[in-house]
Amino acid sequence: MKPKVAFFDFAGCEGDQLQVANLEEELLDLLGQVEVVSFREVMKEHSDNYDIAFIEGSCTRLHDEERLKQIRKNAKIVVAIGACATIGGINSLKNYQDLDDVRKTVYGDKAKLFDTYAARPIDAVIPVDAYVHGCPINREEFLHVVKSLLLGKKPDIPNYPVCVECKKNENICAFERGEFCVGPVTRAGCDSCCVNEGTKCWGCRGLVDNPNENSQKEILIKYGLTVDDAIKKFRLYFGWQERKK
Amino acid sequence: MAGEEKIMENKNFDVEVHHVTRVEGHGNIYVNVRNGTLERCEWNISEAPRFFEAMVVGRNWSELHHITSRICGICSIGHTLASLRATEAAMGITISEQDLKLRKIALHAENLQSHLLHVGFLVLPDLMGVGSVIPLASSNPEEVKTVLRLHRLANEMSDMVCGRTTHPQRLIPGGFSKIPSMKELRGLRERLKASVPDLQAVAKLLKSLAPKIPDFVRETEFIALTSPNEYALYDGKIGSTDTDAAPAREYLSFTNEYIVPQSTAKRAKHKRESYMVGALARLNINYDKLSPLAKKTAEMFNLKPVCHNPFMNNIAQLVEVVHSVEDSITLINELEATGLKSQPDYNSPKIKVKAGQGVGGVEVPRGILFHDYTYNKNGICTKANCVIPTNQNHGNIELDMKAIVPKIMDKTPKEIELTLEMLVRAYDPCISCSTHAVKVHFV
Repeated sequence: MKPKVAFFDFAGCEGDQLQVANLEEELLDLLGQVEVVSFREVMKEHSDNYDIAFIEGSCTRLHDEERLKQIRKNAKIVVAIGACATIGGINSLKNYQDLDDVRKTVYGDKAKLFDTYAARPIDAVIPVDAYVHGCPINREEFLHVVKSLLLGKKPDIPNYPVCVECKKNENICAFERGEFCVGPVTRAGCDSCCVNEGTKCWGCRGLVDNPNENSQKEILIKYGLTVDDAIKKFRLYFGWQERKK
Repeated sequence: MAGEEKIMENKNFDVEVHHVTRVEGHGNIYVNVRNGTLERCEWNISEAPRFFEAMVVGRNWSELHHITSRICGICSIGHTLASLRATEAAMGITISEQDLKLRKIALHAENLQSHLLHVGFLVLPDLMGVGSVIPLASSNPEEVKTVLRLHRLANEMSDMVCGRTTHPQRLIPGGFSKIPSMKELRGLRERLKASVPDLQAVAKLLKSLAPKIPDFVRETEFIALTSPNEYALYDGKIGSTDTDAAPAREYLSFTNEYIVPQSTAKRAKHKRESYMVGALARLNINYDKLSPLAKKTAEMFNLKPVCHNPFMNNIAQLVEVVHSVEDSITLINELEATGLKSQPDYNSPKIKVKAGQGVGGVEVPRGILFHDYTYNKNGICTKANCVIPTNQNHGNIELDMKAIVPKIMDKTPKEIELTLEMLVRAYDPCISCSTHAVKVHFV
C-alpha cells in the first residue's frame, strides 16, 4: 500500500508547498509512490488518516499548538518544511519587539482582536522527525528527503557552513565585496544559491549545529558593522535559535 | 429586496466551509438561511496574522525587499518589486531603461506562474467536476501535461530573470545583482513563441467548459493601475471604473482600509461599499492595451469591458496569460534592438541613503499592491504599510455572496456550497498575503 501523506500550513507564505507544486512532471512521478490525502492548497478532499505529515509555517498562536499536537498524534513521521517551520524564519523578527506594540502597529485600536505570541518553529511545540530547510525549500532536497523517508533512511542534510559550497562555486567572497554575509555560520545544502545570484547569504537555512558565532560577529564588526548591526543580521533568520541558547 | 430573498418561504439551510480548499491561505464561509431569508452570510479569514509592518521597523533599507517578499510565496516577485519601488521612491533612486524592461519581464513571469497555477490546477477541477487536479492527471493526461508545460516555462522564465521562482534574489534596490544574457533571452523568446499552440489548447478547453461558469452579475467598482502607454502592470496611475485616475502616492484615498468587528480581515472601500481588484479589474480598465492575441482570446469568451461577473476573473486571467507571453516577446525584441548592456558581476548599485517616504504601486497577479515605507536619514525603516490585493477584495467577495445566495436557493445545499467556493476561488484569494488578516472564533 502506498504511504499516505498530508500537507499542513501555519504562519508562512505557502512558498514551500508551492515548490512541491512546482515539481511539475516530477510531482506526477512522486504521486505514483505516495497517496496525497490532504493538501488544502490543491485539493478539496481531506482525511486524517496519514503516515507522513509535511508542515509549513511557524506556530505563532497558543491555540495552533492543539492543531499541531493532533497532527503529531495522527502521523508516523512529521517533516518540517521551510525556514518558518524549521527555525522560526522571518516570523521570529517580531519576537524582539514588544508584542503588544506589534499588534498595535498593524491593527491600531483593534489590536486586542489579534491573538499572537512569539513565533516558533514546529519542533518547539511537537517532536519533528525530519527537516527540509530553506526559504523557500529546494525542490531537489525535498525529493531527497521524501525518497529517504520512503526507503526508511535518514536524509543526508549538510552540517557545515554555506562557505564550503560557496568556495566550491568560486564566488567572490561577499565580505571582499563590502557585503555582510552570514554564510560562515549558516547550514549549507543550498549550493550557496543567493551568492551565486550576485547577493549574499541571509541565513535562511538556520545555524549549523556548532556555529562559531563569536568569530562571525567579530568578522561582521571587523568589516565595519556595529555590534548592534551584527546582532540584527543574525536576527533576520536566527531569532528563535539564538533565543533558545 | 425582501421579496427576492423569500423565493423559497420554507427554505432552511446552513453552509459552513471551514478552510476553503484550493486557495492560498485559510478562509471560511458561513451562510444561514431561515424560512427563505438570508440571516447570515460571511466570508472570514482564519490565517495567522504575521505582522510584517511591525517586523520591518528598525531594519535597514537594503533588507526590506528580502523581508517583505516573504509575505507571499506565490507573488513574491510582485511584493519584491512593490517593495523596491517604495524604497526607490523614498530615496529618489532611478533605474535604467534596460532594468525596467527586465523587471517587466519578471512581473510577466510571475503573472504566468500564478495565473496558470490558478486556472489550470485550482479552477479547472471545479469546471470538470472533480475535487483536485490529481484525478485529472489520469483522466485527462494531455490537458494536464499542457498546463504543466506552460507552468514549467513560466517558472524557468522566473529562474532566468530573477534567479529563482520564489523569493527572487537578483531584484535589488537600483536594479539587478545579475542579469540574464542575450542568448538566454533569445532562447526564452523562442520558447514563448513555441508555447502559443499550448495556450490555444488551454483556451479551447476552457471555452468548451465555459457553460459551467455561473452567469452572475453584480455591479461594482473596479480598481487597477492604468497607463496611456501600455497594459499597466509595473507602473501607472490608480485607475477606477467610477472615478478619475490618481498617482500611486495617493493610494490611501482609494483603499480606505477598515476593520469589521464580526468578520475581521482588513477590508477596503472607495466609492461604493466595496471594490474589486485583479485580472478582471485590469481588463475592465485597460482592455484597449491588451496584445492582439490576448484581445482575440477575450473575444472568444465574449469578455469585454465592463464585465461585472466575478466568475469571469478566471477568463481574464487566461487573457492575461496570453498578453504576458506576447508582451514578453515584445520586450525581448526591444532589448535585442538596443543591445543588452552588460553589468559587473555581483552588481551592487551605489545608493545615496537619505530620509524620506515612498510608495510603490504594482499590479500583481491578484490585483493592485501598495508598499509604503518611511526611512530615517540612516536608511532605517521607521514606518511601513502594505495594502494587499486580497484584502481589497474581501468586502466584494462577501457582497457577491449575499447577492448570489438568494438567486440559487432552489439548489441543494451541496450545490450552493460549491457555487460559493467557486466564487471565492474565482477571486484567487491569497490569504497568506493578507498581512492584516485576523483570527476570529465562531461557536
